[in-house]
Amino acid sequence: MDTNTIVVLLQSTIRVSVPLILTALAGLYAERSGVVDIGLEGKMLAAAFAGAATAAVTGSAITGIGAAMLVSVALSLVHGYASISQRGDQVVSGTAINFIAAGATVILGQAWFQQGGRTPALSADARLSTYKLPGADAVRDVPVLGPVYSDLLSGHYLLTYFAFAMVPITWWVLYRTRFGLRLRAVGENPGAVDTAGISVVRMRYLAVTCGGLLCGLAGAYLSMALANGFVKNMSAGRGFIALAALVFANWKPKNILLTCLLFGFLDALSIYSQNAELPIMSSIPDQAIQALPYILTVILLAGFIGKASPPKASGVPYVKER
Amino acid sequence: MSTPFAKLPGWVEYALIPLVNLAVAFLVAGIVVVFVGENPLEAARIMITGAFGSGEGIGFTLYYATYFIFTGLAVAVAAHAGLFNIGVEGQAYVGGIGVAAACLTFDQSMPWYLVFVLASLGSMAFGALWALIPAWLQAYRGSHIVITTIMFNYIASNLMLYMLLNVFKPLGQMAAQSRTFEPGGQLPKLDWLLSIFGLDIGGAPFNFSFLVALVAAFVVWVLIWRTRLGYEMRTMGFQPHAARFAGMKSKRIIVIAMLISGALAGLMALNPIMGDQYRIQQDFVSGAGFVGIAVALMGRSHPVGIVLAAILFGMLYQGGAELSFDMPEITRDMIVVIQGLVILFAGALEHMFRPAITAFFARLGKSRSEAAAGA
Repeated sequence: MDTNTIVVLLQSTIRVSVPLILTALAGLYAERSGVVDIGLEGKMLAAAFAGAATAAVTGSAITGIGAAMLVSVALSLVHGYASISQRGDQVVSGTAINFIAAGATVILGQAWFQQGGRTPALSADARLSTYKLPGADAVRDVPVLGPVYSDLLSGHYLLTYFAFAMVPITWWVLYRTRFGLRLRAVGENPGAVDTAGISVVRMRYLAVTCGGLLCGLAGAYLSMALANGFVKNMSAGRGFIALAALVFANWKPKNILLTCLLFGFLDALSIYSQNAELPIMSSIPDQAIQALPYILTVILLAGFIGKASPPKASGVPYVKER
Repeated sequence: MSTPFAKLPGWVEYALIPLVNLAVAFLVAGIVVVFVGENPLEAARIMITGAFGSGEGIGFTLYYATYFIFTGLAVAVAAHAGLFNIGVEGQAYVGGIGVAAACLTFDQSMPWYLVFVLASLGSMAFGALWALIPAWLQAYRGSHIVITTIMFNYIASNLMLYMLLNVFKPLGQMAAQSRTFEPGGQLPKLDWLLSIFGLDIGGAPFNFSFLVALVAAFVVWVLIWRTRLGYEMRTMGFQPHAARFAGMKSKRIIVIAMLISGALAGLMALNPIMGDQYRIQQDFVSGAGFVGIAVALMGRSHPVGIVLAAILFGMLYQGGAELSFDMPEITRDMIVVIQGLVILFAGALEHMFRPAITAFFARLGKSRSEAAAGA
């Protein structure tokens, strides 16, 4: 493996881990407040459709992102209404959202664009823009450091830099602000928060809204950056991988970044090995690599490597006693 | 303690509220049809005629219903023990190994009814095996069954692709599927059952596994409401602490409930593999495991309700196929939307209309007693 192969692999790792990071962070806000979010996959898919459809019609990427976030937040609020206000089963509600999104995106896509559930290919303006770090062209020829700076770190989508920046920001919000303290407290001991005169319902709605915004960005990234428009079921299980990453990361922002990069790297590796021969890869079946994130998560959940400790009140609807 | 719900008459609890929830789900689905630019009432008419208008239509409806009876029962058995088995999809998929192995080994040397026995046992064993690991992890290691079963769905789809490509696929063939079974690996059609009612089955793959599904529904009823194990499962699901204080072995019950659930899921593989395609192919479950969640919620986890809900979803599948001929805008994906809406309104939002209905009956009761007092 030469430097070039490594750079290509790592670059592709960054590209595929962006939606995982955004979605896992979205799940983090919801679950830290005590609302289990199985519907990440559906929200991401619905947002991908809304983003691509709006961008295709208006020709503006910003409007597309706005629509993606709007739809994702709307679904988050449906989930919130079912699981916070109606105290319904949160897993059931999330499952429902996944199906509604999977079906409705294709039905509406077919009705509006008549391209078999796809949205029209986006023009350059309607896609997300990339950003070249300063001096990227100048240092390209420097050995090792050149390719790392100009190919690996530079030239990504603005949203990519934003996603990576969201990890420390989320850490700061959750652990260094009053909002974050209350959000985490609502997920651990809602009764105590209620006694302190803070509305549990309001905090949880705020948390699922934060999750909706981030999920919307992840969806927009899928259909407006990774691909050139919406394709049926394009989230392809990424929402569940992100959920796995969230569990694997033990509901902590820093670990989420590392886990998403690891899962992204596995994905990049299997994409790469389909086109080029890698010495170690030829003996391992492709399906084994594809299944590895899920297997690792199961092993972690079983407590064989470290211990998963979810927020204590997660999944439990809050009933105010009288 | 807050006691949110007053006691309602049985028919309100088990018929009216589920029907109201279902009606709202279909109402919202109708709005989606309007969005697409078609007439929802016309769509409903085409669906119902397509599903029940001919012998062939009914045959297809019941063929699809067979899938959903199995998966609905699988979800329900786990639900009675308080477990949300979202992994029925993967368990049914892995159950296919048992069916395919039995058929591929014995289809040339044994009659179908012997192969059927082996295939059923095999499918139940593999389905149960795929449920065993998440169950064991939930019971003894405390990992959440929802997350593990989701993960196992994905692991199953990769495992099965590997199996199809490397074990079942004959040499020199491209598609990820096995060879076609000889007559020993084919379940008989139920054309005679429909011809009792003067109906012609046509080309519908309605087969013997429907009867197996009905037997399974009866067995589940006996298990849940007439055995000690069923009583323990229901107690566990209703009030885990009470179950533990009563000396029930909750870990053992979790594992057994999931084994039964997985076995029922595995049996589903009979219907497509041995009853229709006569070979195992990629993605033969195609979402039926997830439909089982909607079916179990709608049928309130009772076998009778599940059979009825399964037939309703069979109707949606068959009628939906007809509908996409007449209204090309409305593809099969409409069923996925309806499925989601049913899960939302009959599952997560099942109590949404309860306060209003309770209030209505309370007022009704009050005005009646006032009228009686006045007279």
